[in-house]
Amino acid sequence: MNADLVKKKKRIRNIKENLSAYSFLFPYLLIFTVFFIFPFIYGLIISFFDWNFFFPERTEFVGFENYFKILFNSDSIYYTYFWNGLKNTVIFVVMSVPLLVGIPLVLSLFIDQQPYGYKFFRTILFMPTVLSISSVILIWKWQFYNNGGFINALLVKMGFEEIPFLLQQPWAWLSIIVVTIWWTMGPNMVIFGAGLKNIDKTLYEAARIDGAGELHIFTKITIPLLAPQMLIVMITTVLASFSVYGQPDLLTNGGPNQSTSVLMMYIRPMAYGTNANPGVATSMAVMLGLLMITVSIVQSKIINRRDKA
Amino acid sequence: MKKQKSTRLQKISFVVLLTASVIWLVPIVWGISTSFKPATEISLFPTRLIPDRPTIEHYVNLFNRSDTPVLRWMLNSFIIASLHTIFYLFVASFAAYAFGVLRFKGRDRIFWLLLGTAMIPTVINLVPLITMMIDLNWFGSWIALIVPGLGGVFGMFLLRQFFLGIPIELIESAKVDGLSNVGIFFKIVVPLSKSAFLVTALFSFMGNWNDYLWPQIMFSGADVNTWTLPVGLSKIAGTYNYDYGLTMAAAITAIVPVVIVYAFMQDHIIEGVARTGIK
Repeated sequence: MNADLVKKKKRIRNIKENLSAYSFLFPYLLIFTVFFIFPFIYGLIISFFDWNFFFPERTEFVGFENYFKILFNSDSIYYTYFWNGLKNTVIFVVMSVPLLVGIPLVLSLFIDQQPYGYKFFRTILFMPTVLSISSVILIWKWQFYNNGGFINALLVKMGFEEIPFLLQQPWAWLSIIVVTIWWTMGPNMVIFGAGLKNIDKTLYEAARIDGAGELHIFTKITIPLLAPQMLIVMITTVLASFSVYGQPDLLTNGGPNQSTSVLMMYIRPMAYGTNANPGVATSMAVMLGLLMITVSIVQSKIINRRDKA
Repeated sequence: MKKQKSTRLQKISFVVLLTASVIWLVPIVWGISTSFKPATEISLFPTRLIPDRPTIEHYVNLFNRSDTPVLRWMLNSFIIASLHTIFYLFVASFAAYAFGVLRFKGRDRIFWLLLGTAMIPTVINLVPLITMMIDLNWFGSWIALIVPGLGGVFGMFLLRQFFLGIPIELIESAKVDGLSNVGIFFKIVVPLSKSAFLVTALFSFMGNWNDYLWPQIMFSGADVNTWTLPVGLSKIAGTYNYDYGLTMAAAITAIVPVVIVYAFMQDHIIEGVARTGIK
C-alpha cells in the first residue's frame, strides 16, 4: 500500500518533469518544425509540380518531368542551365577547396610557433570573415579594375600590361577564388590553430631526437593528430563551396559568357522573380542537396578510415 | 643550439605572418584611400596611396542621396539582427537547457534526430520558404528576416555543450532547496553561462547582419528605406559601378562599425570558432 503510493508519487513527478522539459523545448521545436522540416518535405513535393506562386489554380502535378528536363532533355533550356551551373560549381569547388584548406593550415602552423605579435596577425587575418559579402565585393571589385585599381596599378608599375580581371578567363575565376580565400579562410585557420595547440609538443621533441625531419614530423605526427579538425574543416568548406553564390553573382555576374554562373545563380532567379519556375528550381536544389550530402558522407568515410589506419 | 633553431623558426613565422597581414589589409587601405580622393584623382596615373587633395565629397554625396540611404540600411540591419539575436537566445537556450540539463523521455533521440536533420542542405528549403512567406503575408517584411532563422541548430548546440559542463550537484542541490526548473535556469544556469551566451549572440548577430541571398529575395520590389545593409550595398555595386569614390565611401561606411565591434569582441569570436573544432 505504502510502496504503491510512493510509486504513484514518483510517476506523477516523472510526468511533471517530462511536461516541464517539453515546455522548455516547445518553442524551439515548433520553429524548427515549421521553418525547417516542413519546408524540406514541401520542397520535395514542389519538385514534382509545375508550380505557380500567384495563380495556384495553374499549378499542376508533373511527376518526374522537372528532373527529367534538367537531367536528360537536352532540348530544354533548363538542361543547359543545370549542367552549366553544375559544371561551374564543381570547377569552383575543385579549385577553391584545396586552397581554402591548405592556406589556413600553413598560416596556422606559423601562428602556432607563437612569434612576436602572433595574436595581432591572427586578428588581422581573421577580420574579413566578419564582413558581409556585399561590402567585401564592393571593396574588391575596385582592386581588380583597370583605371586606378590597385592590382593593375601595381602591374603597370612593374612593367606589365593591365589585365581585364573580371572580364576574361582564367582571370575571372582567379579573382573569385582570391576574394573567397580573403573572405572565408579565417574560421579554418582558427580551427586548425585550436587543434595544433592541443598537440603535445614533447611528441615533436621525441621525433627530432629520433632523427625525424620536419616534413616527416608534419606528415606523420601533425596531420594524423589534426584529423578531427580536418574533418570539420573539409566538410564545412566543401558544403560552403557547393552553395557559393554571392562572390560570382556580385563580382563577375556569372560572366564572361556564363563561365562563372554557378548553380545557385540559376536556382535563385527561378526561385522567385519574372523568370520564376519554382518546380524546376527546387528539383535543381534537390539534386544539389543530394550531391552535397553524398560528398560529405564520402569525405567523413575517407578521413575516418585514414584516422584508424 | 636547440633554442637558436626555435627562434629562427619564429623569425620566419614572423616575416610570413607580417607579409600575409599586409597583403590582407591592402584592399581595405586602398578602399579608404580611394574614398578620400577627389574624382579627378582616382583614375590618375600613377596612382598614389595618399591623396594630393583629400576630400569628403564622396561621403557627403553618399549621405545626401535619397537612393543610397546607407545609415538607414545600417539601422535596419542593426534592428533586425538585434531582434533576431534576442529571440534566438531565448528559444535556443530553453531548448539547450532541456537537452543538456533536464531529463525526459526520448531526450537523446530527439536531439540527434534534430542534428541529423540540420545536415540537410538548406538550398532545398529556399522555394518552399518563399511560398510560405507569401502565404503568411510576411514577404518583404522584417519578420521574414527575423523568424525563420530561429530554428538554427549551431547556437543551440553550442549552448547545450556548455550546459553539459555545469556540475550536476549544483542543479541537484538547487532542486532540494525547492527551486523549480524555471528558477534553476534563470538563477543558476544563465549566470554560469554568460560567455556561452555572448558567443552565441555574436554568431547569431553576425550571421543575420551578413545574410545576403534571403533578404535579397525578400526585398525584391520593397521600398529602398526598408532594406538591410547587404542588399543596399549590392544595389550600389550594381548601379554605381563606375563611381569609385561613392562605392568606396559606401563600403568603408559599412565596414567601420563592424571592424570596431570586432576589435572589442575578437577574443570571444575567435574562441567561439576554435571551440567548434574541439569536441
